[in-house]
Parts: sequence; C-alpha cells; structure tokens
Amino acid sequence: MKAVKIIAIVLLVAFVGIQFMPVERNQSDGVPKTDFMLVNDVPSDIKNKLQVSCYDCHSNNTQYPWYNKVQPVAWFLEGHIKEGKAELNFNEWDSLSSRRKASKLRSIIKQIESGEMPMDSYTLIHKEAAFSEAEKQELIQWVERLKDSI
Amino acid sequence: MKNLKMSIAAMLLLTLSFANGQEKEKMNHDHATMKMDHSKMMNMNNDAKAEVILTDYLSLKEALVADNTKKAAEAGSKLVASFKAFDRTAYTGEEQMELIEIIADATEHAEHIVKSELDHQREHFKVLSKDMTDMVAITGTDKKLYEQFCPMYDGGTAWLSMNEDIKNPYYGSKMLTCGKVQKEIN
Repeated sequence: MKAVKIIAIVLLVAFVGIQFMPVERNQSDGVPKTDFMLVNDVPSDIKNKLQVSCYDCHSNNTQYPWYNKVQPVAWFLEGHIKEGKAELNFNEWDSLSSRRKASKLRSIIKQIESGEMPMDSYTLIHKEAAFSEAEKQELIQWVERLKDSI
Repeated sequence: MKNLKMSIAAMLLLTLSFANGQEKEKMNHDHATMKMDHSKMMNMNNDAKAEVILTDYLSLKEALVADNTKKAAEAGSKLVASFKAFDRTAYTGEEQMELIEIIADATEHAEHIVKSELDHQREHFKVLSKDMTDMVAITGTDKKLYEQFCPMYDGGTAWLSMNEDIKNPYYGSKMLTCGKVQKEIN
C-alpha cells in the first residue's frame, strides 16, 4: 500500500508541475477582413453555430474556459488547434481561390454529414458545440447553397 | 484509499490522452513559394512534368479501381511530389494563375489521400479528377484520354482514364463497370 501512496504522490507532483509549462494560446486581436463571416452573407443562427462549434479550432481565436487551461487538456487542445487551422482557417477564408473555397465547402459538408466534425472528444465537454439532427440539416443546406453560388 | 486509486486512474487517463494527442499532431504542410515569370510566353505541347503528374494520377486511379488503400496512398504521395516539381514558367501569366490554383487544390486532395481510408480517398479523388481535367486543358498531353462519368457516385462524378473500357475507381469491385465515356481527349 505504501508503494501506491508513493506513486500517487509522484503523479500528483507531476500533475501540478506540468501546470507551469508554457502553452501557446490561440488568441489574436480583431478579425481580419478575410474572415468567413465578413465576406459571406451569413444568417445569424448559422453564424452563431459556426462560431460555437467550429471557430475554437478553425480560427485565430479560441475561447478558453477554465478546463481548457488545465494541463494536459491545454496541450491536447493546442495540438488540435494547430491541425485544425492548417486544414481550414475561417479567418483567412477570402485568401483562398474560388476553386479551393469550393473544395473546402465540399469537405465541410462531408465532415458534418458523417458526424466527424465537430469531433466527439470536443463535444464531450463542449456540449453546446454538438449539432442536433435539425441543425445539421440546416447547416448543410446553407453550405450547399453557398458552394453552388461560387 | 478508494479515492486515492480513483485519482491515480484519472491522472493516468489524462496522461494517455495527452500522449495520443501529440502523436496525431505531426503533419507537414509545405507551402512552396510561388514565383511568376511573364517573360516566357511559349506554350509547349509536351510538358514532361505534366505527363509525370498525369501518370501518377492514373496509377492512383488504378489503385482505387483495385480497392487498394495502401497503393492509393503511395500513389498519392508520388502525386504530391510531382505537383511540387511542376514547372509553370513556360505558360502565360493567366495560365500560370490558373495552374497555381489547380495545383494548390489538387495537392491538398492528394495529401488527404495519403492519410485517409478508402471511402475518403474516393471523395478526394473526385475533386482531384476535376483539377486534373482542368490542368490537362491547359498543359495538353500526348496521351489519349477518356473522360468517364458515373451518374451514381455523389450525384454524378467524372474521372480520367487511358482505356475506353469502364473500370470505376469510385466503386471498385462493388460496381466495376458503372459509367460511360463522356468525352475523348486527343
């Protein structure tokens, strides 16, 4: 039993220790002119949905509730944000060519349709980021229309 | 004691999920710097580097016809490399702009094909095929190509082939001969 205690203490110390490791926060001032919301005519409910469900990992600004600041959650999140932004950054939307916009919109539709996005590991904590079936359909239809208009 | 065990378990879990997250992070997006040269205006009919791209695309198509994810991924990474090696200086300014956009888009799809499952590879192959068709319209090719079309896949989808006979890359063995020739190139 003593061994268990020692292990527990070591882990606890490690857990406290990693809280002091630096993390790069995904935050920036202002929204660039190329932002998806600024260059497209987005209805407010869609806008809200995209902001809550997508922008944390697909823009230059992440909302950081307290649990996102705790390690190792913060590291985990940092990795996802990096990957997410490389794939699609809504803030830089208008810097893409029409061809790539159409490609991205197509991927957005596929990802939402198949339920791959928003990710389960993300909606597990961010309950409000999950889509209901109705919201899913509404969003997909709207993105389809946008894609056809390009 | 029970509480202590629970907290140990919780911490272990957190550590594990973190390690997993780090692993997935490795991804290299290489954005080559793009330079343009308006001085050379000659348009070659046989662009060897464009032919290499086309050959890689066709071997990717063969892999998908054979339902072979691994071979498709290999062809995908070859394609990424041959897109990178493409030299557009021989084309006009307008063509170059178009080619830059096509290749940027196509490269991204090829990169996804490298790391995806078969059904995702096929989704990306669909858009890649459109990019390739548009590219060939600019570069030309010395190959005889058939633009083929399957009305069933994702609301109707095309691809390029060197054989007149239909071998469907979107369904593979499930529906190998679904489709028709909709256009001949050369």
